[in-house]
Amino acid sequence: MDKSELGQDIRLLRPIERTGRGFWIFTGILLAIGAWGVFAWFNQLRRGLAVTGLNVPVYWGLYITNFVFFIGISHAGTLISAILRLAHAEWRRSITRAAEVITVLVLFFGMACVILDLGRPDRVMNVIMHGNFSSPLLWDVCSVSLYLIASTIYLYLPLIPDIAILRDVLPRRQWLYRPLALGWTGTPRQHHLLERAISIMAIIVIPIAVSVHTVVSWVFAMTVQPMWHSTIFGPYFVVGAIFSGIAAILLAMAIIRKAYHLEDYLKPIHFNNLGLLLLVFSLLWFYFTFAEFLTTYYGGEPMHMAVFLSKTEGKFSPLFWTMFVTCFAIPFPLLANRRTRGTVWGCVVASLSVEVGMWLERFLIVVPSLSNPRLPLTAATYTPSWVEWSLFAAFVSIFMLLYAIFTKLFPIVSIWEIREGRESSVKEVSTRVESYLPGPVESAS
Amino acid sequence: MARWGMVIDLDRCTACQACVVACQVENNVAPATADQAAAGRAISWLRLVPIQGEKHGTRPDLQLMPLPCMHCSHPPCIKVCPVKATTIDHEGLVAQVYPRCIGCRYCTTACPYTVRHFNWKKPEWPQPMEESLSPDVSVRPRGVVEKCSFCHHRLQKAKDRAHAEGRPLKEGDYLPACAESCPAEAIVFGDLDDSRSAVVRLSQSPRAFKLLEELGTEPKVTYLSKGEWGGQV
Ligand code: SF4
Ligand code: SF4
Repeated sequence: MDKSELGQDIRLLRPIERTGRGFWIFTGILLAIGAWGVFAWFNQLRRGLAVTGLNVPVYWGLYITNFVFFIGISHAGTLISAILRLAHAEWRRSITRAAEVITVLVLFFGMACVILDLGRPDRVMNVIMHGNFSSPLLWDVCSVSLYLIASTIYLYLPLIPDIAILRDVLPRRQWLYRPLALGWTGTPRQHHLLERAISIMAIIVIPIAVSVHTVVSWVFAMTVQPMWHSTIFGPYFVVGAIFSGIAAILLAMAIIRKAYHLEDYLKPIHFNNLGLLLLVFSLLWFYFTFAEFLTTYYGGEPMHMAVFLSKTEGKFSPLFWTMFVTCFAIPFPLLANRRTRGTVWGCVVASLSVEVGMWLERFLIVVPSLSNPRLPLTAATYTPSWVEWSLFAAFVSIFMLLYAIFTKLFPIVSIWEIREGRESSVKEVSTRVESYLPGPVESAS
Repeated sequence: MARWGMVIDLDRCTACQACVVACQVENNVAPATADQAAAGRAISWLRLVPIQGEKHGTRPDLQLMPLPCMHCSHPPCIKVCPVKATTIDHEGLVAQVYPRCIGCRYCTTACPYTVRHFNWKKPEWPQPMEESLSPDVSVRPRGVVEKCSFCHHRLQKAKDRAHAEGRPLKEGDYLPACAESCPAEAIVFGDLDDSRSAVVRLSQSPRAFKLLEELGTEPKVTYLSKGEWGGQV
């Protein structure tokens, strides 16, 4: 294949071929924040977890909040993309890649958060050598690793034809693309195999993804602590994860569209459709939160009420009500209104708000329950230290940096899937629609 | 097989904290520095915790209650440890394996009694104290969790002594430092499986109650009190 065959899709290669000044400035800023994070981390390695704001009884804080948050974001990519692929949602073609990369990258940060939180990170291998399978943390280790492997394969498979294109048109980076392309030439047999492999993976990753955040929720729900010990935590966490995940895809799409001028590929209709999905999840989020809080309130057990009240009217109430506003009161009207949902800015504002809200939700799950233990002993409050905030900022920055580097190595919009859509899907869809309708059945080709 | 348990008589306890000090010294628990204590990180295997009780005669309603590890028979802390660094042995003692603990602090969040402590810093003793550490108890490194062990090193010693003297272990051979030091004799320790032991007799008292019994943890520490404050905790 040579460049002339690509037609207008040649634009998708432009970010890989040319790098502007803006990119370097962006990289520089992210690297600086990352370096600051490394400094903070060394500080923690040298002085131990005493540099955090944690105490008795708030043994878990920002690191565990971020762990839940990052693993939640990972539900953006693989899960959504798999569902859209299986549902033959044709509008998926330009967004699946951007979504899948989020998953693979963010999972590393989720796992790193747990390691940051360990008092003895040097002994982390004990988890493998002396694993205790009755511990939900070990379930986490298993399901997150499985998810990481499955989503890496699921990201890689649809990349192969695009890597082959790069191999053919970009002689400079042969060392990278030739081995990764696995000798792809685009024969019908290869295509057939690839499609099969992608569909199989799409089916496999869905249950794994659901299991991942269910198990994350069980880390809390399996204990008997007030407002953790809840049977709806599994689905509640999964819904929240997908919610924050969709918001992450929307943000990534908006940035890519602006930075690489891909307005033709990431159209308002894509934002509109994903926005609709986000709308559904904001309603689901509301439903679950309402169910969870009403049950606690109505039962009125004193221990549970202590946590409940600290959230709704106590010291966590500013955060709680901000969470409610950002998870529901802001995104709901923006997304319910067709005029704002169909615009990029409408979706971006809603998504930013959802990310803030979902982070707060994770924080409000972890910290208030620990601050109100069953035996009221200490009046300690938890204020995260500069080390914890710095590492959070560094993780977000390095994540964005790695994402940006990915877009410089591989097309962030799948070229072959767009071409396939243009060449064959239009016909396929009209045949499909015809098959739904009454009338003589035509040849089943 | 013995099953070790404790009875704490709150009506006898004068809140003098002798047990707290005895425990601290016995188990090489470093005194918290001022900044760490202010940050709410003081380690103490046995604490006197304020409890809102019921006004009872001349007794004030705010009371102090000694709170060691309950050595639960169904300990929530053990299930959640990802590396089996906390275990329960055949005599019912819930132990902590310092060299294995990865410091994830899952056990500390799962324990409903908040009696587990994390070593936020490397333990440090003021100069002369450093030289008088107990050789029977290991000093914990930074980054691991620790808690009351019912002084199980004393059990080992008591067993050795009884063995050397060619006799079985008898009541009173094995006492944790807190029980030994209490001037009001409010802490009684012994074998819950021995029907003649003082702990069994006392835990059958109408004054007996356990903490958070409704959680099904089956604590092996029983409290005695005339007041109604068992329900208030
Ligand atoms: S009191 Fe806490 S630390 Fe002690 S055995 Fe029970 S759950 Fe474990
Ligand atoms: S802190 Fe140590 S003992 Fe506690 S759960 Fe983690 S590894 Fe186990």
